[in-house]
Amino acid sequence: MKLPTFDYHAPTSLAEAVALLAASEGSARPIAGGQSLMPVMAFRLAQPSALVDLRHVPGLDSIEVLAKEVKIGAMVRWRMIEESRELARVVPVLAAAMEHVAHYQIRNRGTVGGSLAHADPAAEFPALAVACDAVIDVVGSKGARAIKAADLFTGALETCLADDEIITAVRVPVWPKRRRWGFQEFARRRGDFAIAGIVAFYDLDQQGLITQAHIGVFGATDIPRRLPNAEAALNGQEPSEALFETVGDVASGEVNPQSDIHASRDYRRSLVGTLTKRALAQAAK
Amino acid sequence: MRTVNTYIGSPVERIEDQRFLTGTGEYVGDMSREGMWHAVFLRSPVGHGRILKIDASAALALEGVRAVLTGDDMGEDVPTIPFRRPNPTIGPFAQPIIGRGKVRYFGEPIAVVLADSQEIAEDALGLIDVEYEQLPAVLDRETCFADKVLLFEAQKSNVTSVFNAQKGSADEAFAKADVVVKDRFYTQRQTATPMETRGLLAEWDEKNRRLRVSGAAKLPFFNRKTMADMMKLPEEAVDYIEVDVGGGFGARGEFYPEDFLCAFAARKFNKPIKWVEDRREHFTAIGHSRECEAQVELALSKDGTILGMRGDLYVNIGAYVRPNGMTPVRNAAQFMTGPYRVPNIDLKAHAFVSNKTPAGTYRGPGRYEGCFFMERLMEMAADALQMDRVALRRKNLLTNTEMPYPLATVLPSDGRAETNCDSGDYRETFDRCLKEFHWDEKAKLDGQQVDGRYHGIAIASFIEGGASGPSEACKLELEADGSVTLYIGSSSIGQGVETVMLQITADALELPMDRLRIYHGSTDLLKEGWGSYGSRATVMGGSAIMMAAEKMLDRFREEAAKRLNVDPSSLTIAEGVARHADGRSVPLAEVASAKIVTEAKYTSWTPTYTYGAGAVHVAVDADTGHVQVLEYLVVDDVGRIINPLTLHGQVMGAAVQGFGSVFSEELAYDDQGTLLVGSLADYLLPLATDYPHIHCISTDNYPTPNHPIGAKGAGEGGIIPIGGVVANAVSSALKSFGVAPNILPLSPNRIWDLVQAAKRKA
Repeated sequence: MKLPTFDYHAPTSLAEAVALLAASEGSARPIAGGQSLMPVMAFRLAQPSALVDLRHVPGLDSIEVLAKEVKIGAMVRWRMIEESRELARVVPVLAAAMEHVAHYQIRNRGTVGGSLAHADPAAEFPALAVACDAVIDVVGSKGARAIKAADLFTGALETCLADDEIITAVRVPVWPKRRRWGFQEFARRRGDFAIAGIVAFYDLDQQGLITQAHIGVFGATDIPRRLPNAEAALNGQEPSEALFETVGDVASGEVNPQSDIHASRDYRRSLVGTLTKRALAQAAK
Repeated sequence: MRTVNTYIGSPVERIEDQRFLTGTGEYVGDMSREGMWHAVFLRSPVGHGRILKIDASAALALEGVRAVLTGDDMGEDVPTIPFRRPNPTIGPFAQPIIGRGKVRYFGEPIAVVLADSQEIAEDALGLIDVEYEQLPAVLDRETCFADKVLLFEAQKSNVTSVFNAQKGSADEAFAKADVVVKDRFYTQRQTATPMETRGLLAEWDEKNRRLRVSGAAKLPFFNRKTMADMMKLPEEAVDYIEVDVGGGFGARGEFYPEDFLCAFAARKFNKPIKWVEDRREHFTAIGHSRECEAQVELALSKDGTILGMRGDLYVNIGAYVRPNGMTPVRNAAQFMTGPYRVPNIDLKAHAFVSNKTPAGTYRGPGRYEGCFFMERLMEMAADALQMDRVALRRKNLLTNTEMPYPLATVLPSDGRAETNCDSGDYRETFDRCLKEFHWDEKAKLDGQQVDGRYHGIAIASFIEGGASGPSEACKLELEADGSVTLYIGSSSIGQGVETVMLQITADALELPMDRLRIYHGSTDLLKEGWGSYGSRATVMGGSAIMMAAEKMLDRFREEAAKRLNVDPSSLTIAEGVARHADGRSVPLAEVASAKIVTEAKYTSWTPTYTYGAGAVHVAVDADTGHVQVLEYLVVDDVGRIINPLTLHGQVMGAAVQGFGSVFSEELAYDDQGTLLVGSLADYLLPLATDYPHIHCISTDNYPTPNHPIGAKGAGEGGIIPIGGVVANAVSSALKSFGVAPNILPLSPNRIWDLVQAAKRKA
C-alpha cells in the first residue's frame, strides 16, 4: 500500500494547471484534498503519471453569497461549509448535511470539487448538488463551460468531464425563506459511506399545498439523482404522515440498487422508502 | 508479602504510557539497519488453484530489486509450520511456508520480493508473471463436507479433526427430558485486528552463525524454538527480541510463514530483512477466527433443571491447521456449557479445511462462540418452559459448594482434556449484575416501543479461562545502588505487563516501584520463558516473581546476618531493611556487593476461571435494523485484582471489541474464494463514539486456590457473553414480531431481514 511513483506539479494558475493536464494526454490527475485519490493510488487502483495539485491556484476557495445564487469554490473544504453561517441562512441543507461527511479530519481536507469529480455514488455532496439544481463551472483547454449537476454524473465514479477539465465552482440557487427540508442518511457507522441517503425539500403554496418538491437519492443508486415519481406524488398535496408513507413507497419503487457486503438490494430499496418518509417528516416539523 | 499500603490492588497508572504518549516507544516499524532490504510478499489472487508458471525476470530487472524467492528456492520439501497444540490427525494439514504447486487460499504467499525499499518491492509485485489454473473453491460446510473438492487430495477428506466433549450420558438425559430446545446457530468469520499489523526484522550474523529476530510478540520462546528447528540451528543461536507491540488479541505473535521467509532470506543473502505488513494483506494473511456453526440441543426437566446438552459444532478453520488452529475448536466444545451445571454432555466439534485464510485464536477463543450458542438455548428454554429467564439461569448457575466443578472431557487430548472450574459463586456476580443494572426497572421497557424504537434487555453468564501452562520464568538482580531489576519471560502485547509485574515485585520485595526496573519478553534475557497468551501473564509471571522474590529476601537475610554477625532467623525484613531485635539494621543497598541474583520458574497446568455476567439494554429500529446499545454492564470476579485501572481497561476494551463482533465485523468471501474485505472501510471496527455506555465492575471475592497469587486470568469478560446477551436483547425487543437472531453478525440488514420474514409469516 505504498504509492507508485509519479511526478508532482503545483501550478499557480488555472491556465497552467489545465495546460499540464492537457500535455499529459489523460495520464495526469488533478488533486485537491486527496481524501479519495491518495487511497486509490496506495491500493494501486490508479497510477497517474503526475499529480497536478490545485492548492496554489488562486480564487478557488471561497464561498460567495449572491442575490440569486451561492457560489462555492472547488477548493472549499467541508469544514468551511459546515461553519458558514451565511450559507446556513441561504441553503441550510448544505451545512446540515456536512456532519454526515466522513470524520472531522477528512472534513478538514476534503473539497467540494474533489468530491464532485470523484463521483462516488455514496457521497453526500453530489446528491446535494443534484437535488438543489446546482450548476458546475469547469475550465479546460477548450475553454470554460457550465454543466447542470444532473448531467455531470454518468456512472459510478464517472463524470462527463474531459481529462483536462478542472471544476472551479459549484453554483447553488438561493432558497426561498420558508422552504421545508430534511436530510436523512443511513450508514453502518457514523461517517461511513452511506448505504442510502435522501435529500428532500419542498415549498408550501398559499393554500398550504406542496409545491417545488425535490427528492434526491444517494448511496442506493449508481449516480445521485432525483426521484421524479415521488416528487410528483408530493406536489399539490397537503403534507401528512399518510402522504409521506405513500411517497416513501413510491421512492422505493423508483430505485434499483446494487447488493454489496453491507446491504442487499431489497434492504437498500426499503431504506430509500424509510429515509424518504423520515426526511419528509423532518421537513414538515 | 505486605497486606497494607500495597501496590497490589491499587490503581497504579501504567508506567509504560509515558513513552507511548511522548512518542518514544519503538515498534518494529521504527527499526532500521544499514544495508537493510525490504520484503514484500506476492500473494495468491485465487482461492484455490495450481501454479503453472512463475516468471520473475521482469521484476528482477527493476532497479532496486535485489532478489525474488519462490517455493523452488526452498529445497526439495517446502517446510511446514509445527503445531503448538498437536493432535493425532492434523499432521498432513500443516501450513507450508510458501505456496508451491498448489495454492489453497486468497493471500497465500507465493513469492518474496526483496528490494531497497518497500515502494520498489511493491512496484516489482506487478511485474511477476504467474499463471494459475483455477480450481473450484470450497468455502462452506456443505461443500467442504461433500469431499468432492479436496484441499489435500491424499487425505480423502476435508475434515481434519473431530473433538468429542463428554460427561455423563447425554442420551439418557435426553430420553427423560420434559423439554428439549434445539436450533442451528452461526458465528461469523472475523480477525483480531491489532492496531499494529505484523512485522519483523531478521538479522543474520554470518561470523557467529546467529539469527536475531526483532518484533517478537506473544510467545517469543516457543517461536524461537520453532524458528531454530526450521532453520536447523541450535536454539541458543536464535534470539527473539521484543520491542513495543501494538496489540495481539491472540492473532499477532503466532508463528507465520512470513516469519520463516524473512529469516531464511536474511541468512541466504546475509542482509538485514525487514517486513511490515500492510492492512490489506493483514486481512488476507493473519489468523482468522470464530467461523463456527452449531447444531445443538438442550434437555431440561419441567422445573427448569438442565439435564443435558448434545450436538455438533462445525468450525471452518481455513486452508491449513496453524500452530494453535485447533484451540478454538476444542474450546468451543469444552466451554459451551460455561458457568451452568450441566451433568450430561455429548458434543462433537468438527474442524474442516476450506479455501479461506487459516484460522487461529481470537480473544476468548471458542468461549465467545460457545457462550452465544448456550445463551440462545437458555433463552429458548425459558420460552419453552414459560419460565422467567432470570430464574432459569439462576437455578442452573454453579455455586461455591460445588467447586471444583468438572467441565466436559475433550478427546483427542491436546494435553488439557480435563479441567475444573476452580472457585467462586456464580450466582453472586449474576445477582450483582441484576442489581447494578436495575433489571426490574428496565424490565418494564422490555419489548416496548418508545419513540419508534423497540427496547429490549437480556442477561448472560460466562466463564473465561486463564493461566495457560506450562510455566513462566524470571530473574531478580540486586543492583549496586540497592535497586532491583526484574527479567521476565512474560511478553507485553500492550496490556500493561510492565506496570502489573512491577506492582507484584514491589510488594513481594517490599520496595517502592521506582526502585525497580523491568526487562521482558526477549529470549536473550533468560534461559527459558513463555510469554503472554491465554490470560496467563499475571498469574504465571506474577507467581514466578513471588518465588524469586522470596529467594531474594532469604539471600538478603543471610547477607545481612553475616554483616551483623547474628543468626539469619533473628532478622525481620520489612520495607527493604533487615532488622534485629537489638535495634541494629541493614538496608538492602548495603548488601549489593554480594551480587544477589535469584531465579524462579513457576510451573502449573491448572487454569483459572474468572466468571461473571453481562447485561444489556438495546433499542432497535425495526425499519432500518439499527441497534443502539443504551447500556452494557459486565460484572466479573477475577480472584484477586492486581490493578483495577488496567483490569478495567481490559474489560472495557473487550466489550467494545465484542460489539464489533456482534454487529459489524465480518470477513466475507465471494464464491471463488476472494476475500471481499480489503481495508478498514470494509471491515467495520467499532469507532470511539459507537458504544459510549459501557460499565464494568470487578470483584475479587474468590481467589483461585490453585496459584499462590490468588489472581485469575482476566480481561475477556467483556467479550465472551456479548454475542448471547445482545442477540437475546434484540430478540426480546422484537418479541412482538417473533424473531430468532441465531446468526451473527446482527448487521442492520440481517435484523431487517428477520423482521421482514416475521412480518411475512404473520
